[in-house]
Amino acid sequence: MKKVIVYGTATCPYCIKAKKFLEESGVEYEEMDVSSDQSAADEAVKKSGQMGVPVVDVEGEIIVGFDRDAIERAVSS
Amino acid sequence: MSENIHDIVVVGAGPAGITASVYGARKRMSLKVVTVDVGGQTVWSGDIENYTGYRFISGLEFVGKFEEHIKQYSIDVREQEPVTLIEKKGALVRTVTEKGEYNSRTVIVASGKKPRELNVPGEKEFRNKGVAYCSTCEGPFFSGKDVAVVGGGNSALEAALQLAGIARKVYVLNITGSITGDEIIREKLEKKTAVSIMNNTEVVGIKGEKFVSALDIKSGEKHETLHVNGVFVEIGLVPNTSFKSPLALNGLGEIKVNSRNETNVPGIFAAGDVTDVPEKQIIIAAGEGAKAALSAYNYIARSEDWD
Repeated sequence: MKKVIVYGTATCPYCIKAKKFLEESGVEYEEMDVSSDQSAADEAVKKSGQMGVPVVDVEGEIIVGFDRDAIERAVSS
Repeated sequence: MSENIHDIVVVGAGPAGITASVYGARKRMSLKVVTVDVGGQTVWSGDIENYTGYRFISGLEFVGKFEEHIKQYSIDVREQEPVTLIEKKGALVRTVTEKGEYNSRTVIVASGKKPRELNVPGEKEFRNKGVAYCSTCEGPFFSGKDVAVVGGGNSALEAALQLAGIARKVYVLNITGSITGDEIIREKLEKKTAVSIMNNTEVVGIKGEKFVSALDIKSGEKHETLHVNGVFVEIGLVPNTSFKSPLALNGLGEIKVNSRNETNVPGIFAAGDVTDVPEKQIIIAAGEGAKAALSAYNYIARSEDWD
């Protein structure tokens, strides 16, 4: 199974949607809270080159925002 | 009759679009929903305490209930599919999106509203690179940094209050002579030493290299540079009516509808925040969506000669 990291906050609606989608698809992921962990925030900016969340990292493939199709493609490819 | 002609194409899946779809499905209409997202502005509503039957529910949970409800019917909901054109083609209506096109007997436009943009140089370039429209989402990236909030209403003040707990310094840049938000929020804000309110101040440009580093601001005749790493734009909403169409709009860009949700074009109906209906509320948008679906149903039933 691919290594998936979700950078987000506990309250951002599309972070919650992204995590729910991964759970429903049976994909395990690591959660990084950018609001409580400054190094996680820096990492998300460095990886994605921007400051929006969620940022989903599927083994190096970076998806910005909750893009259901892109996440699906990345985890299943 | 061609199989791919739908009874109703619903544009948008916020409270108005979803309710229209549920009502349409219950009238056994063939439906297609094309939308950017499901939930619309409701997703961003913190807590909802004024939708009858729910004493308290979060915006996201509420949208979850919508999704559950729409899944009961086999409605084809196409997400991430913005509409570019709606036009009349004979008796039918043609809807063109970024991904395809659909022909239907009726269309219900329920595309809602989105945050208003500043329309200044640098805004598009630095979107998500310091320019933000959601303090809950992007606020955490500005821990210990200096930021500006543009606006003077409740949403701007709430954003400033939230950012005051994260950023080092928060400038509230308000174009008018005084801020207009509710007294209760203004009082809370005045107690925050990190916040400074600058009235009669306009943002004229956003600058930086990879990320935002400064704003060009104007106060009367005086031009200044304000060094900030983030700018949160909270200057109200605009209707999503940028697609091409023959629809009549009011001065705010909202679609004009009558009490039956009919627009100026027969067969095209509209509902919710995108229309000129007075008061923008979730419960009102939902009610308007129901009305629009019933009007569309009656319109289809009245015009017998579809073949």
